[in-house]
Amino acid sequence: MNECNDLDCLQTIRELDVFLDDELSDEARTAIRHHLEGCSDCLSAFDFHAELKQVVATKCQNDEMPPELLSRIERCFDVDLDGDGVIG
Amino acid sequence: MADQATFADDAMPFAPQLYSAALRMTRNRADAEDLVQETYLKGFRSYSSFTAGTNLRAWLFRIMTNTYINTYRARQRRPDETDLGDIEDLYLFRRISDINDPGLGRSAEQTLMDLLPDDEVKQALEALPDNFRIPVILADVEGFSYKEIAEMLDIPIGTVMSRLHRGRRAMQKTLHDFGVGRGLVDATITTTPADDARTDR
Repeated sequence: MNECNDLDCLQTIRELDVFLDDELSDEARTAIRHHLEGCSDCLSAFDFHAELKQVVATKCQNDEMPPELLSRIERCFDVDLDGDGVIG
Repeated sequence: MADQATFADDAMPFAPQLYSAALRMTRNRADAEDLVQETYLKGFRSYSSFTAGTNLRAWLFRIMTNTYINTYRARQRRPDETDLGDIEDLYLFRRISDINDPGLGRSAEQTLMDLLPDDEVKQALEALPDNFRIPVILADVEGFSYKEIAEMLDIPIGTVMSRLHRGRRAMQKTLHDFGVGRGLVDATITTTPADDARTDR
């Protein structure tokens, strides 16, 4: 693939994370969108990282919670925790 | 001011998310369960200090993150600040794009979903040192903003950004190493005749 050595490309790639995190200013975001429309190399890099981010999120939150943990937690709410003589 | 009587109803729906994040933080089930339970206990006790109508999920994650840092991390006796080596931008992309593009169809998401097994993605995240792992969990798994993460960890937004940047790249390098181990990445890409004949990419 093309190595994206253009100054615009380097600047765009530098802001890739912040763009994908949706934390750029409107102006900077518009500039990057504009660049991506004309640069397929940067666009595929952005697509890749957007997908990677999605894959990481999906695969890192699919753990099954042990059912007994819920009841263990809820039991805590039924005792006098703060010692004020009132349950809860 | 939030009413303690409604805490269970308000807060318990977040338990599965907290548990997954706790597993990524502590890296083991027993500690993760304890961490989630302690988070709910602390939340319950201090629920009157929660401002109703603000972000309860962020409030719970803040409690859990701080509990982890103050209790479990101390117990694990890991160094507070660990540095990662410099890893170039687009590390994984440059190495994986050869097998991402040709023949495998248009769906990059499907390709990556298939290329990266669940266990490897979890391991790559869990392999990060704490000060990089926690921001990555909060941003990439839980979707919190830089500002929310900065407040939870009590560090400047610029520090959040640089830790995310470096943590993500280190994770990509680990994923790449796993891929090499499975002969998936960096191996010579062989194209089968069937792929050559395909024109409907």
